[in-house]
Amino acid sequence: MKEVIHNSGLVLDEKLLWEKGKKGRIGFSIPPQDVAVAELDPELVGEDPDFPDLSEVDVVRHFTRLSTWNFGVDTGMYPLGSCTMKYNPKTNERQASLAGLSEAHPFLPESLSQGALQIMYELEQYLMEITGMDAVTLQPAAGAHGEMLGMLLIHAWHSKKGNSRSKIIVPDTAHGTNPASAALCGYKPIPVKSDENGIIPVETIRELMDDETAGIMITNPNTLGLFEENIQEISEIVHAEDGLVYGDGANMNAVMGIVKMGNIGVDIMHLNLHKTFSTPHGGGGPGAGPVAVKKDLIPFLPAPRVVFKNGQYSLEKNLPDSVGRMTAFYGHFNVLIKAYSYIRQMGPDNLKKASRLAVLNANYIKEQLKDTLHLAYDRPCMHECIFSDKNQAAHKISTMDMAKRLLDYGIHPPTVYFPLVVHGAIMVEPTETESKEDIDLFIETFKTIAKEAEENPDILTSAPHVSKRRRLDEVEAARHPCLTG
Amino acid sequence: MKEINELNLPDDVRYTKDHEWAKVTGDVVKAGLDDYAQDQLSDIVFVELPEPGDTFGKGEVFATVESVKAVSECYMPVGGEIIAVNSKLEDDPGLINTRPYEDGWLVEIKPDDLTEMDDLMDKATVLKVLEGNG
Repeated sequence: MKEVIHNSGLVLDEKLLWEKGKKGRIGFSIPPQDVAVAELDPELVGEDPDFPDLSEVDVVRHFTRLSTWNFGVDTGMYPLGSCTMKYNPKTNERQASLAGLSEAHPFLPESLSQGALQIMYELEQYLMEITGMDAVTLQPAAGAHGEMLGMLLIHAWHSKKGNSRSKIIVPDTAHGTNPASAALCGYKPIPVKSDENGIIPVETIRELMDDETAGIMITNPNTLGLFEENIQEISEIVHAEDGLVYGDGANMNAVMGIVKMGNIGVDIMHLNLHKTFSTPHGGGGPGAGPVAVKKDLIPFLPAPRVVFKNGQYSLEKNLPDSVGRMTAFYGHFNVLIKAYSYIRQMGPDNLKKASRLAVLNANYIKEQLKDTLHLAYDRPCMHECIFSDKNQAAHKISTMDMAKRLLDYGIHPPTVYFPLVVHGAIMVEPTETESKEDIDLFIETFKTIAKEAEENPDILTSAPHVSKRRRLDEVEAARHPCLTG
Repeated sequence: MKEINELNLPDDVRYTKDHEWAKVTGDVVKAGLDDYAQDQLSDIVFVELPEPGDTFGKGEVFATVESVKAVSECYMPVGGEIIAVNSKLEDDPGLINTRPYEDGWLVEIKPDDLTEMDDLMDKATVLKVLEGNG
């Protein structure tokens, strides 16, 4: 192996805040009071909450130390399949921190919020252009919230037509939250098994689609990292029975500016700004899950909507068929600015290029590792590729063992044991933001680990060795969770 | 993960293709997850069981088990009414891993049609299926 990420340094232990505090310690001082103390109604007084007494430096050091135990995309490669953990340029943070935006109050009148409203309006326009859809709402707070709105829109559309439908078709290669969103909104999710090529079989949809079925939820590219090649034919079948096609845009990073979902039969879709459009993801959130629709569904979009009339931006609230609000105020505005900043910097050509590179990187890893790890579907992939632990099973080495060992080499493990259709799945999504050198390092590392699996399996089953915490007892944690300090 | 020859597959129960087991005692069918299922799932951390009195058809989902790796649904080996559930699993779901055919049972069923048991597999057939010759 040419190169490894060496680790050395000082990682400090840290106690719980309750163990650190000392009675009477305080983090700030307040001026003397010049008004009399008002007595509280004793009925309103309860027991004090159990907060530790800490100084400012106690708190700062506590969280700074904890942060050094962490691993993020700013630390190293983070190839989580289905999550698009691309690097988030710091300029996005800078734009979102501009005082005029970060300190804007949502109760400011429209006349004093023209800039904020313009950003929202223009972001909607960009997302419409990227998806080929006719309108966008920025309200949903994350992807699954977008799915929920999608279900509400499907229900509203059918109700308006007098249709009463109870089922939603959800293939097994859909994003994991899809069947849950359908069920939460009162639909019965009808599972569909993917075919031997890892995509939805058209004939099954033809058999299942009937006048009881409200529509279908398709993740495209799907969670096997494969493009649903038959989406147009499937959409025609669903539309012929007066159903709607929901597109889960979680994997949009593979096809930005390349596939216009609105042109291939998708009626409603969500986008994950925190995946595709480079706003922070995971603990760095919150997310944002804008929903795009075709024109027949516009009347049902959540109120208010940003409109531009006579040179002024305003919020249109008079929308009688709207499904209502999805969030307080207007969604996660701070996240919207970061996505706006990303799209403006990239421009249409670079967005396309980003998707092409994301796909190229995944295919490169797939080809380089397919003799080392078992490849679930040996065909060109999109932005992610799926391996399994089949080749290592003879040495009693599982996906989890290899994932944990990657940490010792300074690489965050990929998504493991998902999608469920691949036994012991290892789902790698390198994204476009990793250099060839870093991708080669990942490949070499995995080859080294596979060799270790043969020659020294114990080093894998006891991994990780150099992280602050070793292999955690996930079973005990799940069976007896301790949720307090 | 166990090799096929390491699996504990008793002769006195019958198996579904989804790896539930079922055993008839008098006119009651006791059901649970087989050794292969518990081994594949690994340590089970949570079990959601039906209520006594619930009725399900053969092949319908009657319970959900969750391990650190995955959430999996359990399907009725025969249709009928749930007459008892193993409440010990609430505090100790690991019994499914340690004693899948004894203390780790899931439910007792009053079957609608006991002949549905005839569709289930015996040990030899399960082994054939697992070896890919089913």
